[in-house]
Amino acid sequence: MNVVEMRGITKCFGSFTANDNINLVVKKGEIHALLGENGAGKSTLMNILFGLYQPEQGKVFIKEKEVAITGPTMANKLGIGMVHQHFMLVQPFTVTENIILGDERASGGRIDYKKAEREVQALSDQYGLQVDPRAVVADIGVGMQQRVEILKTLYRGADILIFDEPTAVLTPQEIEELTEIMRKLVKEGKTIIFITHKLKEIMSTCDRCTVIRRGKMIDTVNISETNENELASLMVGREVSFELDKQPSNPQEPVLKVQSLAVDDNRNNPAVRGLDLEIKAGEIVGIAGVDGNGQSELIEAICGLMKPKSGRIILNNKDVTGLAPRKITETGLGHIPEDRHKRGLVLDFSVSENIILQSYYKKPFSNGFGINYKAVGDYANKLIQEFDVRTPDKDTPARALSGGNQQKAIIAREVDRNPSLLIAAQPTRGLDVGAIEFIHKRLIQHRDTGNAVLLVSLELEEVLKVSDRVAVIYEGKIQGWVDPRTATEEELGLLMAGSKAKGGASQ
Amino acid sequence: MIGKLNRNSTLLSSIISIILGMLVGAIAMLLSGYDPISAYGALFSSVFGSASDMGETLRTITPLIFAGLAVALAFRTGMFNIGVEGQLVIGSLAAAFVGLKLELPPVLHAIVALVVGALAGAIWALIPGLLKAIRGVHEVIVCIMMNWIALFLSNYMVGKVLSNNSDSTEKIHPSASIRVDFLTDMFDGARVHLGLILAILTTIFVYVLLFRTKLGYELRAVGLNPDASEYAGMSVKRNIILSMMISGGIAGLAGAVELLGTSEYLAINPSLPGTGFDGIAVALLGANTPIGVVLSSMLFGGLFNGGSNMQYVAEVPFEVIRIVFAAIILFVAANFVKQLGNRKNRKKKGEKASA
Repeated sequence: MNVVEMRGITKCFGSFTANDNINLVVKKGEIHALLGENGAGKSTLMNILFGLYQPEQGKVFIKEKEVAITGPTMANKLGIGMVHQHFMLVQPFTVTENIILGDERASGGRIDYKKAEREVQALSDQYGLQVDPRAVVADIGVGMQQRVEILKTLYRGADILIFDEPTAVLTPQEIEELTEIMRKLVKEGKTIIFITHKLKEIMSTCDRCTVIRRGKMIDTVNISETNENELASLMVGREVSFELDKQPSNPQEPVLKVQSLAVDDNRNNPAVRGLDLEIKAGEIVGIAGVDGNGQSELIEAICGLMKPKSGRIILNNKDVTGLAPRKITETGLGHIPEDRHKRGLVLDFSVSENIILQSYYKKPFSNGFGINYKAVGDYANKLIQEFDVRTPDKDTPARALSGGNQQKAIIAREVDRNPSLLIAAQPTRGLDVGAIEFIHKRLIQHRDTGNAVLLVSLELEEVLKVSDRVAVIYEGKIQGWVDPRTATEEELGLLMAGSKAKGGASQ
Repeated sequence: MIGKLNRNSTLLSSIISIILGMLVGAIAMLLSGYDPISAYGALFSSVFGSASDMGETLRTITPLIFAGLAVALAFRTGMFNIGVEGQLVIGSLAAAFVGLKLELPPVLHAIVALVVGALAGAIWALIPGLLKAIRGVHEVIVCIMMNWIALFLSNYMVGKVLSNNSDSTEKIHPSASIRVDFLTDMFDGARVHLGLILAILTTIFVYVLLFRTKLGYELRAVGLNPDASEYAGMSVKRNIILSMMISGGIAGLAGAVELLGTSEYLAINPSLPGTGFDGIAVALLGANTPIGVVLSSMLFGGLFNGGSNMQYVAEVPFEVIRIVFAAIILFVAANFVKQLGNRKNRKKKGEKASA
């Protein structure tokens, strides 16, 4: 049976067509992937299914009956539930309180919490979610919170579950567990639509996959009859090489030396605890680790954005410990920040104003007093061209660009200054395959021109692929080094969890 | 292209807000038994009526431009300078001091008085700026307190230092005055003075500062995203302090101009003059752009001046003008008109697409 069928769906926002005559058929009991680059129209399509948008054209059938879904309440009634990427939970409430929120089954104005708790427990047991109905949401981890979101849809009787990029916030282990849960849900007769742009997950979890590109449906394929390369080229519209064209590194003299560095985090708890690190010109050093093991503080201390408590940072043979950010930048540092909206861009500045963010005070952009906006514009146009930043023009606000193009603008700015050390923190987070490919190439190119690159990422695959040497950070220290050509994810996983490396690989 | 569209719609929504605000004023008049048509008639005829009326309108506009620019500049750096009021009072006081106590040749005397007035305002604004930058104290709290300190300091100085226990000072020396005969003659005896020209020069100065200089780039960056500015090696603290000082300097200049051009003496005041608070409204309606500030100052200046005339001619109380003023601000602040427009556009586009 076709549980969901969307026929000829068209949705426009102004002159922009987000969905152009899309067809989607989801069969009962399958995990159906919806694959597409950022901005391809996946979320629009699902928001139509969930009743948040009304399509201009097209029909929706649920369980082979034509319906007009006028809003989320209607969608709930039809058995459609959505697990949002950004959780919609009330932090100080318990799990049960959150689950019944908006669907309180009260009698005479009184809510029977005991009964609600029993129902939540029963649902949790049935699907193996292992959720404690009495736990306070603020006290439970991200993975557990996601299960609460799943329970919310189940409690409302959903049998079609939409998962909106559910793995973006999870650790590898949690992803594994989520996959199990999804399998169990399907076994119990539910149907799942899984929105993602991660190909590995689709290959390992899904039954069929519908690919959307620039608002158009490209194809629906059976996972058993396809592979990652085919999916990627369907999604991007051209061949994508997963193999990086990368020569062996040619390390020269050290560029960065970090010696027994200690840094406290914002709440004055130790985050980096006596860390040592050395990076040489002509190599890419990757730092792998579970989020929150001191990565952010290490980067911010090197860049001068946080004051180290003790230890030394030497950049290009100059002690830069505790210097102001601009002094360090001028010593030869480029930094692609992990949060591009917080640190990387002034979103309401134009693209060209953002491109000079690190060099506006220097010639030819400024003579010390005025700013030569003609020179700025010419330079911005040059970089937009060279780094393929897709923007209507240089005067468009950075806010209006897609994430990938915002990131390209930052990389253009940082790389073009040719810093002897480039720090790339989560450079591809939330980006699609095409943009990731571009950014990896640029990092390697930067290395090949004789500079050092420090890559910090939570994506193991990325760290292993791009780096020449990989350090694992654990509780603010380097736990061990591995050779990315020979290391296995298992080996890395053990180090990330705090066990010592056997035989102590390279350094 | 996008920027242009936005700017146009801001202008359009401002105009609609103004019309709506005047309608609210008309309703208020009807409810209290006045005739809005004759009232607004009196208002407009007095704005554009005679040369002397126009001159008085221009005089009313002058301090609003300064105050609006001061508020807008601080806003751009993320600071809410609600202390323009106090900085203006201090600027007046300092200019009065120079105008009364110093003996200098004509042109020089006025220039010294203006410069000292601006400096006094800048120093008054430095205090909330420093407290914000160094200790993180919210500038609004400090500014409001500084306003009252300024008022009572000025009153004390008028009574004890600048006069002998009188409630006002003598007139300043003619050498310090910025009234000029040709303007007075041109506008048939109205109190319009060189302050108007200074206001226009200050507008150009603020525009160039914000959009053509390195400092302006930094000020705007800090206002829009302090984290990214810090990352780019700018000193957020330094920019906060500078922005407050320049803003305070413009406010101080406003006070000095008012004293040297309009009143020519300083009196004890029971309450704050209110120009600084009007400046907040002016900046808001002008979307924090220099040219917008000038345009909205013209509107509010016209309303104020015409409104006082309305009292005599149509016998409608001046408070009605305050209602109009407040209603316009409310419509602008609530972004009412813009949202209405957006919704209509969306509907239209939807219909077209489905057709």
